[in-house]
Order: sequence, then structure tokens, then C-alpha cells
Amino acid sequence: MSDFQQQDRPGFVEAFKRRFDPAVATAFACIIVLLLIGSFYSSNFLTATYLIQQMKVAAFLGIAASGVMLVILLGHIDLSIPWVLTAGAMMACAATGFGPVGTALAVPAGILTGALFGLFNGIGVAYLRIPAMIVTLSTNVVAQGLMVVYSGGFSPQDSASDAMRWLATGVLIPGVPNAILVWALVAVAISFLLGRTAFGRTLYGIGNNERAVYLSGIGTRRVVLLAFVLAGALSAFAGVLLAGYASKAAQSMGNAYLLPAIASVVLGGTSILGGKGSYLGTVAGVILITLLQSILSVMQMPEAGRQMIYGVVILAMLLAYGRGPRSV
Amino acid sequence: MNESRYWIAERRGTLIAIAVFLAMFVIYIANHPVGLTANVAQTAANKGVLLAFVVVAQALVVITGGIDLSVGMVLVLTNCIASWIVVGTPMQTGLGVLGVLGSGILCGALNGAIVIYGRLQPIITTIATGAIFFGLALILRPYPGGSVNEDLADAMTGQIFGVVPTSLILLAGALLVLWVPFRGSPLGRGAFAAGSSEVAAYMSGVPIHRCKFAAYVLAGLFGSLGGLFLTFYTYTGEAAYASGDGYTLWSIAAVVLGGVSLYGGRGSAVGAVFGAFTARTIGDMLFVFDVDALWQPLLQGVFLVLAISIGAIALLRVRNRLDWFE
Repeated sequence: MSDFQQQDRPGFVEAFKRRFDPAVATAFACIIVLLLIGSFYSSNFLTATYLIQQMKVAAFLGIAASGVMLVILLGHIDLSIPWVLTAGAMMACAATGFGPVGTALAVPAGILTGALFGLFNGIGVAYLRIPAMIVTLSTNVVAQGLMVVYSGGFSPQDSASDAMRWLATGVLIPGVPNAILVWALVAVAISFLLGRTAFGRTLYGIGNNERAVYLSGIGTRRVVLLAFVLAGALSAFAGVLLAGYASKAAQSMGNAYLLPAIASVVLGGTSILGGKGSYLGTVAGVILITLLQSILSVMQMPEAGRQMIYGVVILAMLLAYGRGPRSV
Repeated sequence: MNESRYWIAERRGTLIAIAVFLAMFVIYIANHPVGLTANVAQTAANKGVLLAFVVVAQALVVITGGIDLSVGMVLVLTNCIASWIVVGTPMQTGLGVLGVLGSGILCGALNGAIVIYGRLQPIITTIATGAIFFGLALILRPYPGGSVNEDLADAMTGQIFGVVPTSLILLAGALLVLWVPFRGSPLGRGAFAAGSSEVAAYMSGVPIHRCKFAAYVLAGLFGSLGGLFLTFYTYTGEAAYASGDGYTLWSIAAVVLGGVSLYGGRGSAVGAVFGAFTARTIGDMLFVFDVDALWQPLLQGVFLVLAISIGAIALLRVRNRLDWFE
């Protein structure tokens, strides 16, 4: 009996081989290369202070990317990040204007705003079967329109609540900023969701073949809806934290997050066609993108060069390890 | 079914797009304080044609089953290039125009090469190339400025015989010279076939790579026509991120309004053009009805949502639930 079990269970090496993903490994290798390049430009690039600072910046992107990853695993995409993120930040700040109760509810209010936009995306994609790209693009326009009406076209005057500031800039464990802790919590939650729950398995299943999952008796539309709600909530949460970091919300704060969020998910080895990818890869992608941005700013690269290098690096890395199968 | 019913069924999307545009344009003109004068037509045509070039570019890629999120940035980049080189004597201006169109072709070829031969997904590829195009535009025009051969610009945005807007003639000419031959050629039919079912097209011996590549190149060319026309319209070049982004967004919306299927294989440039005109009329209507400027972005978004939801009506015709998941 015990012999039988021994044979049935794969050895450590085999388990490692099975889970080893060349894309994730390449992403981590690129991180090391970037760190080396960075250390040539500035001597304090490899210090703990600097790296922790980078991780703190990465946390905001990491939380937004977590949401996009859920949607990309389904084979869909979320292009509504910029204004859902901004709406979350603005609504959280607006809530602080309503006395102590509002201040206490600022963070939930922001997240709820995002979840509502996510619900809208989800209904369009799951029930009306409109391509996700179109639905989320128009949600982005509607969210922008609502925020322009709300703020009168200027950045709102309300400032972030103390809880938001504490979440983004406070330090609970000495040496580790809270933003990193929050990202770690989100990471654990998403990893658990993807690896250990029926919901997570269904996400991968739908990404591979939604028809088959539907025929297996699973209400795929509800799962898709929920994934979009979570994605909206996470984008807005990233916005809430950013507002806490900058102590107020701004009009165009979300624009800088769309390309990086999608790029970090894809660079982390998640297939943009859905059904394949690991959260570890997304973490690698987020760190990769953040370090790249940081190096470009250390090099004092002007905006034009930054945009171009950004595009070239993403294309080069994807050409190296993210190519599609030879379909025909 | 006799021949004419086939003809209509094949062009249903395009015909609906034309009908919707005509209905909206009539409402717009009926409520316009001046009515349909040559000048009102000229302004409407100029704005519509500008978007139409970008939308035709988008439609070409969408027909192959792809998507081009860099099309707005091709417009911005070629606008910046045109503001440098489309100047001087007629000879220099002519060479400049060729240069602008050539750079558009290069942009399209880059997208096509990466998507087709590099086997990357069109969404992520064109987001990345869009960043590259915008970076180049910023290098060319860190600040808005430059100039254009104003005689040519005025001629292109003006009127013929004091009535017909030249821009409409320009657009019609571009479609006649570029779209009509392409649609009828083996390459064009192959692009449609590849968008409809890549595997079936391949099995039938269609050179799908070459056909899709031709569509991307042509899309780049139409994008640069848009950039050139923007320069004629504004006399300057400007590397504005928001403007490029906006053109990309509205190009996708207008493609849908124009009856081009986002799943590929269905649609026409004529439909796309009327989709673009409809999208422009939505914006103009808000102006005519004197809507508060603050509310305009929201109402445009709501119109957009309503327009794309119309496509969901097809769900009611589905006989087998499994067809939901195509």
C-alpha cells in the first residue's frame, strides 16, 4: 500500500519540472539583468532602501495587474483600468467629505465604485456577449464622463482619509511599508483563489474552452461576471491606495496604469488568449516593469525615449518567449 | 433567394450604417440654427473625413480578425511628420506627401510583420507599437508647431464649385483607388477569408500571411492619410497622447457602428466610413442641442454603450445556447 502511494506521488524534482514555466523563469532572469544594468548607472540601485522603495511603487501596479490577470485568464481583456482606477480614488476621497462616517467608509466606497463598473463590464461581456474590448473601452468613457461631471473638469478638492494614507504610506512592520503588505495580502488571496478554489479552476477552464465548461454544468456566465467585478474592485483599490499615497485624487492618475498592467501580466507568461498563467509570473512581470521604469528615470530619459524603449522592450521580450503557436 | 436578396444580405451591415447616419444627420440639420449650407456641410465633411480615414484603417485590420490599438498613434506620428515635410514648392510638397504616406506604410508593415510573422497577439502588439509611434512623434514635435503648404491644405479642406466639400472627393478617391481594387483582388478576398476562418482559408490554399500583411500595410496607409488630412485641417503638428487615444477609441466604436464584425471576415470600408460619420454626428448633435460641455463626455459614452448594445440583439436569434460561446 505504501509502495503504491510512493509511486503515485511525483518526486520533488518531477513536481518542480512540471510546474517550471520557462516564461516565469525568463521574466525573473530579466529582473536580474535589469538590476545589474541599474547598478552601473547608480551605486544605490542595489541598496535595501531603494529596492523597498521600488517594491512600494510596484505594489500599486501589482494590485491593478491582479485584477487584469483574472480577466486575461478568461481570454478577455479589461481596458477600463484608467478611469475605474481614477473613479475609485475620487469616490474614496469624496466620501471623506461626509464627516466621520464617510471617512470610515472611504476605502469601501472606493472599492465599491470599482466593483459597480466591473459589474457593468461583466454584464456586457457575460450576458450580452459583446467583445470585452468594446465593453471595457466604453465603460472607460462612461467612467470618465461621470468623473468629469462630478469634478467639473478639475481635480477634486477632497483629500484622502487617514486610513487611506496609512494603507499606502504607513509602516506596520518596521522596514516594510504597508503598501507592500497590502499587495502581499492581495497576492495570497489571488493565489488561493486561482489554485485552491472551484472559481479559480473554472477561470482557467473558461479560458481554454468556455463551451466545454458550460457543458460540464457550470454557470460560466456568473463566473465571468464575478471575475470582472473583482477586476473592477482591484483597479479601484489600486486607485484608493494611490490617492492615499499622493493624499488626493487627480484627473489623469489612471492613464499611466493601462499599458503597464496588461504588459506585466503578459510578460509574466499569462497567455493573452486565456487559460494559462500563474500569479508568480504576474509578480515577476510587475517587478520587471517597475524596475524598467525606474532605470529609465534614473537614466533621465526624456518621455519620448521612455515610451519607445518601453514598447521595444515589451515587444522584444514577447518575441523571445511569448509567441503564439504555429496555428496553421 | 434571387440575386438581389443575396446582394442585400451581404451588405446588410453597411446599409444599416448608411440608414442610421442619414437619420441622425437629418435630425442634426433640422435642429441646426443655420441649416444645410455649403459651409456647414464643409465643416461636417472635414471632421467626418478625418475620422473616416482612421476608421477605414481600423476596419481593414478588424476584417482580418485583428485589432489595431495603434491607429490613433499612426495618425499622430504622421501628423508630426507632415508638419515638417509637406512644405515648400509644389515639387517639395509632393515629395513630402509621398514621404508621409510612406511612413504610414512602414508603420502598418511593422504591425503586420510582428503580428503575422512574429505570431504575437494584435492587441498587445499594437499597444506596444503605439507607444513606439508616440515616442517618435514626441521626438519630432516636443511642442506643437510646424507648418504645412497652405495652398494645398486650403484646397483639400475647401469646396469645389463652391458647393461640394473637397474632403469628400478626397475620401471617395482614396476608397476608389485603394479599397475597391483591394476588395476585388485575391489578396483582399484572402484577407476576408482569413478573418472569417483562418484554418478554412489555409486549407483552401489561401496565402493567408500575405493577405493579412497586405491589409495591415493598407491600414497604415489609411492611417497616414488621416494624419496628412489632420495637418491640412489644423496647419500644425502636435504629439498629443489624449488625441491619439481618442481616435483609437472612436475608430473601434465607429467600426462597430459601421457594421464591421469585430470577430472578422465581415464588413466594408463604405460601412466604416458611414460609421465614422455617425460617430461625428453624435458629437455634433450634443453641440446643436446645447448640452452643457461638462455633460458631453458622459453622453458620448452613453451613446457609445447604447450603440454597441444593439449588437446584442443578435443573441435573441440564437437557437442553440452553445452559440453564445463562439
